[in-house]
Amino acid sequence: MKDRRRYLFDRDGVLAPLMLLPSVVYIVALVAVPFFLAIAYSLSDVTVGDPSFDYVGLRNFRAVLKDPVFRRSLTNSLFITAVTMVLVLVLGKILALVLTRDFRFKWVVRFLILLPWTTPVPLAAIAWLWMLDSLFSPIDWTLRWLGLIDGNLHWLGNSELAVVSVIAVQVWRIVPLAAVIIMAGLAAIPQDINDAAEVDGAGFWRKLFEVTIPMSLPVTAVATLFGAVLVFTDMSVVFVLTRGGPVDATQILPTWAFFRGIAGGDLAQGAAVALFLFPLLLAMAVLILRSVRKMEVM
Amino acid sequence: MAIVEVRHLTKQFEGNATPAVDDLDLATTEGEYLVLLGPSGCGKTTLLRLIAGLEQPTSGEVLIGGLPMVGLPPRARKIAMVFQSYALYPHKSARRNIEFPLKAARMDPEERAKKVAWAAELLGITRLLDRRPRHLSGGERQRVALARALVREPDVFLLDEPLSNLDAKLRAAARDDLKQFQDRVGTTTVYVTHDQVEAMGLGDRIAVMSEGRIRQLGTPHDVYHDPADTFVATFLGSPPMNMVRRDDVLVGFRPESLLPKGVVQPDDGAVTIPFHVHRVENLGSERHLVGTLSGIGPETRVIAMLPSTVSVDIPIDETSEFVIRGADLRFFDTDAGLRTERRRL
Repeated sequence: MKDRRRYLFDRDGVLAPLMLLPSVVYIVALVAVPFFLAIAYSLSDVTVGDPSFDYVGLRNFRAVLKDPVFRRSLTNSLFITAVTMVLVLVLGKILALVLTRDFRFKWVVRFLILLPWTTPVPLAAIAWLWMLDSLFSPIDWTLRWLGLIDGNLHWLGNSELAVVSVIAVQVWRIVPLAAVIIMAGLAAIPQDINDAAEVDGAGFWRKLFEVTIPMSLPVTAVATLFGAVLVFTDMSVVFVLTRGGPVDATQILPTWAFFRGIAGGDLAQGAAVALFLFPLLLAMAVLILRSVRKMEVM
Repeated sequence: MAIVEVRHLTKQFEGNATPAVDDLDLATTEGEYLVLLGPSGCGKTTLLRLIAGLEQPTSGEVLIGGLPMVGLPPRARKIAMVFQSYALYPHKSARRNIEFPLKAARMDPEERAKKVAWAAELLGITRLLDRRPRHLSGGERQRVALARALVREPDVFLLDEPLSNLDAKLRAAARDDLKQFQDRVGTTTVYVTHDQVEAMGLGDRIAVMSEGRIRQLGTPHDVYHDPADTFVATFLGSPPMNMVRRDDVLVGFRPESLLPKGVVQPDDGAVTIPFHVHRVENLGSERHLVGTLSGIGPETRVIAMLPSTVSVDIPIDETSEFVIRGADLRFFDTDAGLRTERRRL
């Protein structure tokens, strides 16, 4: 009997559930419960003032869809994520290619490039708030000094420039992550293949487009989708920089859900807005898993 | 076709105490199959990569077809290389793999297709052209890699252990294919291997390398029967050449030269010596006799090899009379291990 107990942990049937338990608890408590709570709220008339639960069907969704600010938020979310990811992809790839080369003080450069990623998002956003300040912006100052502009640009006060600013900060934040992931993908290309391409007569561009990029495509896809999820769900950058303004010009789904549900007190509508993130996130998750599988078969 | 030549070639990798290739001189002849043979770490692959232009030498010259190549990228050297791993592009079909060098050379698509068909035909892989490398066997991959090297009709083939990833049975067949293939195209080939059987079977000449230098350059017959030093003598042959010390020289003889008295016709200078056999290993095609030899110098452990056609009974744990013919004895000095003049025992 004593012996049996000694080998208890050698049995997969015992050890596996035990090891998995903490993460299951974590996911259930912090992902599943809030998710189903959001679904329940979105079908009810719960507000901060009146938390009693009454089922109202799809009323909230209908109301949300009619709301022009919601539509603006949805298109903003999609637009900002898409543009950010295109820029991240190009810049991340270039950075990764540079960082896989050998040069002096490479570690310093690597460290500096990774720095934005290690900075907490709200902190970084506050720093950017000063960079883009309407009076003291160092960017404006530099542009003025170069003679490119006369007055200040009011980055966050102008509705187009505010969107540009949000995109710029998101790109700044995500590029390091993408570069590091793509770098890992590039490093995984066997040296023999690079050598073969050189012997076969491929110059820099042919090698890049016919060997390097196709071979790091799955990992690049993972980096892109990962970044897209991070940008799509992030609310701190917009919240700190513009609070969705000016006049909802930079409102995105997460901030609008927050303003509606928490600040505005209409928890039910806030939940309905937030649930619009779900189908898109689901699609991205499926795509990520697919490219990971593709990476395994290569 | 072209002659490959290196002069005073040295490659020192950063952080290494000794150079990987050390002041090396070597020249092929036109259309020759030259094999670089040596243990791992002897610098043979580095030498090949220096010729290919994948490494830049610390000093010295590389000439292909008489033209200096140092400083030129691989694509300017009119060479083709087959790698140990084959290095096929995993995301491209066999056809696209083979076509790649032609595309890089900006050949038009029609010409390209013709060339690919020709190379595929030559290597018997026409039906595999639309498969990705992942769906090809080791032998098939090797053929695709060869086809990719062949299509551009390079001046020189560089092969880096192209057979080492194949299993033993396939390897013999692939070796045969390689030889036939080279006979047909007649292109100068430099072939790197650590496998002496491959080297002996394929090479017009063999350069035996060790520690970044060439210890001997010669025909397979020369390097086997007249090794330049004790390194070559003991690196080639399996089991290697026996070495027995006698006064100020080392006496060397191949295991197959040590034969029971009566089996062999003694020549002028033959020695008859007592051989105490400890153990017999029967390998089917041959027998290895492990024992101690006392007639030449101090008692030394040696191995004798009898082909299965010699069916003499060898008593174990007894001393019998064995003979080595004078023509089969080699002599090396004891300091540097270099071959010295023959003498009588």
